[in-house]
Amino acid sequence: MPQHTFTLNGEQVTVDVEDDVRLLWVLRDILGVTGPKYGCGLGVCQACTSHLNGKAVNLCCVPVGRLKATDQVTTIEGLPATVGKPLHPMQEAWLEQDVPQCGYCQPGQIMTAVAKVLQARAAGHQLTDADFDQIRNICRCGTYHRIREAILSAQDKF
Amino acid sequence: MDNQELGRRRFLGYVLAASTLTVAAQLGEGADRADAAVPSLPEPADLYDLNDLLTDAALPTANLITITLNPDGTASFALPRAEVGQGITTSTAMIIAEELDLPLDKVHVSLADARPELLFNQLTGGSNTTISTYTPIRVAAATARHRLLEAAAAELGAPLAALSVLQGVITAADGRSLSYAELAVKAGSLTDLQVSVTLKPASAFTVIGTPQNRIDALEAVTGRKQFAMDVQVPGAMPAMICRPPTINGTVVAVQNLAAVRAMPGITDVAVVSTGVAVRGRTFGQCIDAVRALQVSWGPGSEDRASDATVLAELRAAENPLVTPPLPLLTAAVDARFTFHFASNSALETNCAVADVRPGSAEIWASVKAPLVAQAEVAARLGLPVGAVTVHVTQGGGSFGRKLFHDAALEAAEVSQAMGKPVRLMWHRTDDFRHGRVHPMSTSRVRATYSLGQVLTMDQRHTSVATEFGHGLGDAITALAAKLPVGGLTFAETIFSLTQQTPYNFGVTTQLLTEVDNGFHTGSMRNIYSPNVRCAQELVVDRLAAAMGQDAYRFRRRFLKDPRAVAVLDKVAQVGNWGRAMAPGTGQGIALHPEYHGFVAVLAEIDCTPATVNRQVPDAVTGPRVTKVVCAVDVGLAVNPKGLEAQMTGGIMDAIAVTLTSSLHLAGGTFQEGSWDNYFYTRQWNTPPELEIIVMPPTTGTPGGAGELAVAGAMAAVACAYGRATGTMPTSFPVNHDAPPAFTPLPTVPPVPQSPTDGISRAY
Repeated sequence: MPQHTFTLNGEQVTVDVEDDVRLLWVLRDILGVTGPKYGCGLGVCQACTSHLNGKAVNLCCVPVGRLKATDQVTTIEGLPATVGKPLHPMQEAWLEQDVPQCGYCQPGQIMTAVAKVLQARAAGHQLTDADFDQIRNICRCGTYHRIREAILSAQDKF
Repeated sequence: MDNQELGRRRFLGYVLAASTLTVAAQLGEGADRADAAVPSLPEPADLYDLNDLLTDAALPTANLITITLNPDGTASFALPRAEVGQGITTSTAMIIAEELDLPLDKVHVSLADARPELLFNQLTGGSNTTISTYTPIRVAAATARHRLLEAAAAELGAPLAALSVLQGVITAADGRSLSYAELAVKAGSLTDLQVSVTLKPASAFTVIGTPQNRIDALEAVTGRKQFAMDVQVPGAMPAMICRPPTINGTVVAVQNLAAVRAMPGITDVAVVSTGVAVRGRTFGQCIDAVRALQVSWGPGSEDRASDATVLAELRAAENPLVTPPLPLLTAAVDARFTFHFASNSALETNCAVADVRPGSAEIWASVKAPLVAQAEVAARLGLPVGAVTVHVTQGGGSFGRKLFHDAALEAAEVSQAMGKPVRLMWHRTDDFRHGRVHPMSTSRVRATYSLGQVLTMDQRHTSVATEFGHGLGDAITALAAKLPVGGLTFAETIFSLTQQTPYNFGVTTQLLTEVDNGFHTGSMRNIYSPNVRCAQELVVDRLAAAMGQDAYRFRRRFLKDPRAVAVLDKVAQVGNWGRAMAPGTGQGIALHPEYHGFVAVLAEIDCTPATVNRQVPDAVTGPRVTKVVCAVDVGLAVNPKGLEAQMTGGIMDAIAVTLTSSLHLAGGTFQEGSWDNYFYTRQWNTPPELEIIVMPPTTGTPGGAGELAVAGAMAAVACAYGRATGTMPTSFPVNHDAPPAFTPLPTVPPVPQSPTDGISRAY
């Protein structure tokens, strides 16, 4: 069975699994990292959104065989460490706005939010309505309004 | 004891024999009459063996809910309800913190396993949790506080009346104090005791009625919150089902069992009642196996059905509206509405962990009727009820879905068939196509009016049958003789107990007719109300127009209850009702009474071409609800912040079912298979302006909140749409009959493969 080595939340991991198994299942079913959630397996709902080398990806759409040993995978569990704090400012904002209801989509929402802010910042602007229209994450509890408020309040804090 | 306390009602609590202070109260006792749809009923039913009942009833703790005061000064409580996002663990912790005088963060609320001795008192539905548990939980907490005071009085040698309690610390007049941690063991009892207690007056509340954040928010934002699929049960490997191409199709033969068993990671393949089950190392490999299976399928239950055939069936079954000859000067408004199938799929798909052994079974799942789940799993496996343990996990949304336990039953069957523990999860595509749906329905409404008065309002609702086989049914059936409606079927009973007209419209009748049992149905954040209210409020707008009156003032004039008038006035004022609106935009206003509460909603919508034709990839943009103002009076909001969240969520649901989200039935299968087919509200549909107003307490006792907003908001959005376009909408969602906005996924294989282009789409 092929071996795959990459960095997960700051630690190097090696797994024995077939190349085509998507990263979501490698993390959840083999490595026991359960922050990223399954919501569709189709790259649609965005519940598994995590970061690959600092950019947002849907783990359900990344075959583990595509990873290189130098690749850095960050899930919600590893997000605070990227800023060297107990909680990322985006998570703090989520708590301040009391965003979650059932909470199932929220790890993906937060990982998306951080990436969208960084993307807008790299393009030299603050988040606009057009940016929010690109946030595709489903929240079946309907917390969208508070998500918006939380992102706007956190975008200058990291 | 002060005079105020003397005049207050006393309740019976219990101190239970335990090594640390453990108190209890009878669930149901002293609580206000539960919401009519969900009576709390300690009567046996045949799903629960009489012998089991007698055994459990003999336990000293039968029917009790229990709070434990831990030696570290914290309190623990296992809530016999399901938390699926509605915030009841937080509101319950608040109620305990209030009555126990303990900081909120020292109260731990978990979810109780199935407790058969509670009979029907372990059902989460009908927005009933706080209504039915508010008083019993307070009684238990007050009992603990009383017992701690007694222990402190003995320890400090001070009279009980001279002690004060603040934040888990009891202080004597001379300043000496003891914490609950120091008293927890001393306050325990060697024998069970009965204690008579009074409850805090509302004027002394410092926690109840204050906005509090969810107690599980930190776990949610750090990814630590554990849902069923996150629970680590040794050996419970991923499992999925290969499902039929049409609803209720059956397995005739499998051509390649051995080949699929030999696929990478796969450990087991077995034919079960709902399809072919596979178990493997990862869900990804299960998906591969499901897709590789070559199965001959037998016909399903609705293979020839489509939206058109079901609609025809409904129309044929409609109870006729008989029109007597109208007297002189009397006119009528007559309308018919269609509400299409909709999905109550949560973001967490149907799932459960099952570990079935010879002679016993253990289940982990988010289920709102764990007692029924336990009984049905036992029956399916051929085990006594007592041999089945059901652990209620945190739920990733419900919206009616988790009243049923389809995945728990399936997981148990698969685990038994394979002789191994399984972690069974439905694929998203299956969750839409084979999961529960909210039934298609029609509503006919006729109102007559004369000389400024509405004389009659008749509503005939005709619906594909809603399944109630989840415990609510048994509770109602057992209580049927005592209900104020005789001679009705079960669904008609529910309908008549939940549907009401808030207006004085003379002679009012609302009747339900049901057809067709071939679908897997259930409620969807309300059973009938959003559709029934939406139809009625649209007709109210028509009546107002026909009688030359403003839609808000017309409603106000006919409302029966001052609480309804107050919320309506509030949204009209805050939402600036009647302001000048640009062409193609409009306002709508509506009211909904239910669950001992009232909600009013004012919505503004933009139906201009520039907005409707906005482009977002793989999306339906359509008309945009630009502003929503909602005022809610639930009698007493335990946690106003949680209530706001429930209203917000209900509004998002209402926007979806009014404008964009429905299932299209064709050839015995629903066409939708992904969130890019089923257009639930997304960021681009969210109203930019949203304001929720929680009214000050009115009745002093909490009403239901989880479902309340959907009906009011659906009606308001529909009325706004009618005003903006100049045409009353009559088919919902309004885009249902538009050309399909997606290409349906194949039905064989039943689930699509996951994409592989994730890295190229990184941002």
